[in-house]
Amino acid sequence: MEHTYYNPADLKKFSTIADWDSNLASKFFDYYGEVFKEGDLTAREKSLIALAVAHTVQCPYCIDAYTQDSLEKGATEKGMMEAIHVAAAIRGGASLVHGVMMMNKAKKLSM
Amino acid sequence: MIKSLHARHHQLASQQRQVEILNKGVFANGAVATFQQKITPVGHFPLKPSSIEIFQMNIGYMCNQVCKHCHVDAGPDRKEIMTRETMQQCLDVLAKTKIKTLDITGGAPEMNPDFRWFVSQAHSAGVEEIIVRSNLTIIRANPKYYDLPEFFKENNVRICSSLPFYNASKTDRQRGDGVFKDSIEALQMLNKVGYGKEGTGLTLDLVFNPTGAFLPGDQQQLQRDFKKELKEHFDIDFNTLFTITNIPISRFLDFLIDSGNYEEYMEKLVNAFNPAAVEGVMCRNTISIDWQGFLYDCDFNQMLGLKLEEKIGQHISAFDVDALESREIIISQHCFACTAGAGSSCQGATV
Repeated sequence: MEHTYYNPADLKKFSTIADWDSNLASKFFDYYGEVFKEGDLTAREKSLIALAVAHTVQCPYCIDAYTQDSLEKGATEKGMMEAIHVAAAIRGGASLVHGVMMMNKAKKLSM
Repeated sequence: MIKSLHARHHQLASQQRQVEILNKGVFANGAVATFQQKITPVGHFPLKPSSIEIFQMNIGYMCNQVCKHCHVDAGPDRKEIMTRETMQQCLDVLAKTKIKTLDITGGAPEMNPDFRWFVSQAHSAGVEEIIVRSNLTIIRANPKYYDLPEFFKENNVRICSSLPFYNASKTDRQRGDGVFKDSIEALQMLNKVGYGKEGTGLTLDLVFNPTGAFLPGDQQQLQRDFKKELKEHFDIDFNTLFTITNIPISRFLDFLIDSGNYEEYMEKLVNAFNPAAVEGVMCRNTISIDWQGFLYDCDFNQMLGLKLEEKIGQHISAFDVDALESREIIISQHCFACTAGAGSSCQGATV
């Protein structure tokens, strides 16, 4: 009996989502594969974006996968930390920029 | 500086123990396919050689470095050194066969007292290409080695050197404190005599291997990164970057087990099995010779003590090209490292 919601072994079973709907899974995995191919962005840049997003959505599977993937793509550890700071800055900034909304509302309500 | 597993009497200094570990673990209950099970359906079992093109000699396990991932378990405390007599036997074989590439490795091969004599004899034995696997820092280790770049140039040696990353942090964690700085200085010395420079004909290749329990990335992309970074920061030029997957034996196996990465790494290698990479595995065109003159399918089998079958001839004194080219290559689970992803060999990716 597992006592946690997340099991590292489940990451390897990702493809089994196809068992209950192969059509949609196949479309998703094809799309996923295309997304990460080298384009105007390098494969490493895409991996670092994925790493930053993984921390934003706080997905342990994604953090596991894209930490390894970033290392394999030759990212430096400093570069990986910089990517996460970008995520953190946008998250923090997203809260703070709503401060303007709060200020607008407060000003409207106040004499 | 850490000591070799050998000097520490570590359990992994035993070749037999390493083979036992490789065959148990994730492969024990049949849940994960063995190398033999993987290559059988693609028609490669038994694994057979193509033709012997590369004569790879390990002329001693002594080294001035003690890298954490070393599959040789080399270090200053290793005393195994090839004698001039064995070298002469190798030259005699090279003179009477059509093998054109001599690949000299170690340890730090330059530390063998007969290294320069041997290299200077090799061309007259009919060898067209001499590769020396230099760890770079040896060139800076002692004034008696400072003229090695000139010596390499005079003998038209192709240099193949490990540099796991273009910064000190990753390089030194794998290869030891100060290794990056010394490697950079050595590369600059090699560049100065013409190595890695266009139009000189002097080849300087670098070897990238991952600084941990993960696979190497795309060889072309990493080469672009290395060329850009080394040029920009240190004005260094080189020819080609080869990516090599870390083999789960010896000190890298010790790291994997110690860090709790062993099972996951083996599974990763198995899952990344690429049938197309089997075609180009280096054991198909290489023969490996140890410091005592014994023959092996590759440097990794040498370190695991997996000698050729007796009927093939196990020693340089019984070297028989026809018998060697019709042999069956000895395989085990470490072979998955050479068939993962884009493949891996002493000449880099194979696919």
